[in-house]
Amino acid sequence: MEVKDANAALLSNFEVYQLLTDLKQQRKESGKTKQSSGQQNLNTIMYETLKYISKTPCRYQSPEIVREFLVAMKDHKLTKAEKLQLLNHRPVSAVEIQLMVEESEERLTEEQIESLLQTVTNILPGDPEEQQRDSAMATEDKGDQA
Amino acid sequence: MFVLVEMTDTVRIPPWQFERKLNESIAEELNKKLANKVVYNVGLCICLYDITKLEDSYIFPGDGASHTKVHFRYVVFHPFLDEILIGQIKSCSQDGVHVSLGFFDDIVIPPESLQQPAKFDEAEQVWVWEYETEEGAHDLYMDIGEEIRFRVVDETFVDTSPTGPSSAEASTSNAAEEVQKKEAPYTLVVTMCISSYGIVSVVVYSVSKIAPLSQGTDCFKLTMNQCHKMKGVEKGRN
Repeated sequence: MEVKDANAALLSNFEVYQLLTDLKQQRKESGKTKQSSGQQNLNTIMYETLKYISKTPCRYQSPEIVREFLVAMKDHKLTKAEKLQLLNHRPVSAVEIQLMVEESEERLTEEQIESLLQTVTNILPGDPEEQQRDSAMATEDKGDQA
Repeated sequence: MFVLVEMTDTVRIPPWQFERKLNESIAEELNKKLANKVVYNVGLCICLYDITKLEDSYIFPGDGASHTKVHFRYVVFHPFLDEILIGQIKSCSQDGVHVSLGFFDDIVIPPESLQQPAKFDEAEQVWVWEYETEEGAHDLYMDIGEEIRFRVVDETFVDTSPTGPSSAEASTSNAAEEVQKKEAPYTLVVTMCISSYGIVSVVVYSVSKIAPLSQGTDCFKLTMNQCHKMKGVEKGRN
């Protein structure tokens, strides 16, 4: 076996999630005609990886959302790795952005960080339950203040 | 976190599988060979992405199976340097905190990289972060099952292929050692050092441990009192 290119492309969690769910669908449809002895490793890794990725914000994404996100990110001048991390983690606070973007204090001003956060939270869908809870709490606060 | 790796290999299809479509048999063989296995200096292989090229299949004398050279791409888990990941604490020991991602377990945070100051609590076998605020010290335990964020600092690949007969004589005399020699083929050394992360994950966790938001302040004062008493420190605020 020969490795031609150990780093041909970076994959986002969403792409791997899609690939694994399609594979799972295919295997379910083809039935249990395959011997399970050799397939055990594949089953294990598929199950664990799907379990892990399902807990990240990737399960709410779609190819159009990812494309929209990348187009919006063009103006912010971030490296590929940083955009990938933003896509995979969906940061909601400035602290998280500082972790993912190298030397963020030098490269981005406060307003830029704010606008970056806004773009991320607007384009990438988060956990719908959490968003409902957040908006409920926000209206509660407004109610208290009033 | 995941990369696409281009590889080539010769796949052997036994004669009783000739009735199946070649692509399917090859995909199954490749997955059987590589899924959930670590390739040296590449990473943990997850599953086949696609087959790029199939060369002609040959049958060699003495073997009825067909051999096909395949060019394919495989999805591999291989985080890049300085990547941020989220995992669960699996266990703590003297040599650090072990974190797991579910599908990948060999992630270790060495004690130097933990939020300083940190000490190992022997009684409970957990690492404790002593969090200092102006009001006093606060112990935050790294319990099993807690989700933490970490940054990848280093990776180590170990070639675990079986050794040849020359070293077998040496190893038979140390039968006990052999059992302990099971090294993980791929280990990640990570860090939690930078103050931002620790705060993102740990402060959230400490608030939930103390009380729900509405009763937050009273409970917080209570624990601060306890801290003061334990430390025997005189402080104005009570």
